[in-house]
Amino acid sequence: MKIGVLALQGAVAEHMRMIEMAGAEAVAIKKVEQLDEIQGIIIPGGESTAISKLMNKYGFIDALIDFSNKKKPVFGTCAGLILIAKEINGTDTVHLGLMDTKVERNAFGRQKESFEVDLEIKGIAEDFRAVFIRAPYIMEVFRGEVLATFEDKIVAARDGHLLATAFHPELTLDPRIHRYFVEMVKEYQS
Amino acid sequence: MVEQGTTRVKRGMAEMQKGGVIMDVVNAEQAKIAEAAGAVAVMALERVPADIRAAGGVARMADPTIVEEVMKAVSIPVMAKARIGHFVEARILEAMGVDYIDESEVLTPADEVYHINKQEFTVPFVNGARDLGEALRRIGEGSSMLRTKGEPGTGNVVEAVRHMRTMMSQMRKVQGMSKDELMNEAKVLGAPYELLLYVHEHGKLPVVNFAAGGISTPADAALMMQLGADGVFVGSGIFKSENPEKFAKAIVEATTHYTDYVLMAELSKGLGNPMKGIEISTLTENEKMAKRGW
Repeated sequence: MKIGVLALQGAVAEHMRMIEMAGAEAVAIKKVEQLDEIQGIIIPGGESTAISKLMNKYGFIDALIDFSNKKKPVFGTCAGLILIAKEINGTDTVHLGLMDTKVERNAFGRQKESFEVDLEIKGIAEDFRAVFIRAPYIMEVFRGEVLATFEDKIVAARDGHLLATAFHPELTLDPRIHRYFVEMVKEYQS
Repeated sequence: MVEQGTTRVKRGMAEMQKGGVIMDVVNAEQAKIAEAAGAVAVMALERVPADIRAAGGVARMADPTIVEEVMKAVSIPVMAKARIGHFVEARILEAMGVDYIDESEVLTPADEVYHINKQEFTVPFVNGARDLGEALRRIGEGSSMLRTKGEPGTGNVVEAVRHMRTMMSQMRKVQGMSKDELMNEAKVLGAPYELLLYVHEHGKLPVVNFAAGGISTPADAALMMQLGADGVFVGSGIFKSENPEKFAKAIVEATTHYTDYVLMAELSKGLGNPMKGIEISTLTENEKMAKRGW
């Protein structure tokens, strides 16, 4: 099974390492044609504005919407969570608009307010070390399930084949969330 | 327990910048151009390095008004420069909420022996390095991100190439060494042993390493990426070029698709003139910024 990591900008290598640790093959996706060879994709952390510019320029918007419409799983972390959301608070901007959520950017403050903390993630882990870097959060999940909250803010959610975390599971060596995503991909393959 | 300013949080921030371009800007208008072009961060300055060179005199931390103006103008991270060893300038920038501090040789050093003890800060730091020993000393002091020094404000990529090639070659050498040889190598390089051991075991630095200092065209950016850079800083190269918007966009795309030569040929068409540039051999020893830092 092959899982892609959108490789336009951001923490690509870390996600690829975690996919391999979770027992699947990882592919760095730079061109839309490569989407045909993978069964699921991770949209990594990075700068959402920069990734979005490059997605637009290289035809990834329509290609990823099509990918998701075929019920192939998509996992967005941090910037990825923003990119797959249907609504971004305070703007009219929608990037991919896949997941029925409303999100807030840079919601925990600037870099010096960035932090790490142990989180309980429903059905995945009771003590996951979650690293938040200039992180967003989900203000509302209109459809789907909340998987984790921090100080009453939603920081992980799933809706069917879509998964999102506000934190960076690729920055620790704990593969539990990536294993969960690999299982999701298996589920939707059959 | 919530922990801030951990090594993981500070280094992680730099990981998110990988594959991206960080651009020098001197006001809100330039910051917006940089953000619109797809920059992953901006460096807020009073003058770009080429103008610092031209102006001469002592170059210090930028006026906080400029840094604040830039922070208000964009949603991407904002970096700012403090003088080497000037921990008070760094504390001021930290208090202002700057996302990353560059302890930079572009400014006039405030201390000719000691760099800032960066371990003690919550805000992460980026530092310049010419070789592996310098890189590991900076990481030892708590730097969370590195960049080649290159020769800032020259528009000439030759020094950045030299520094990146030197570092990569030294890392390959260390990786191939027997463990018996590592302590002596640490002595020769002036590098902390534990960090050298990390390089020996992993074949890479424990932090992100960008290219900086003289990058002024899309091809320069792609060259540095192919030599092993994780991303690029472009200082004077964008806003000293004839067409900053076009240059900024083209450099961003070339940094992502750094092996796609057909694309880069397209990107490089009709960009107008890049910044004029300076041949390194015409600089006196005192004019070389890369020599600052120890």
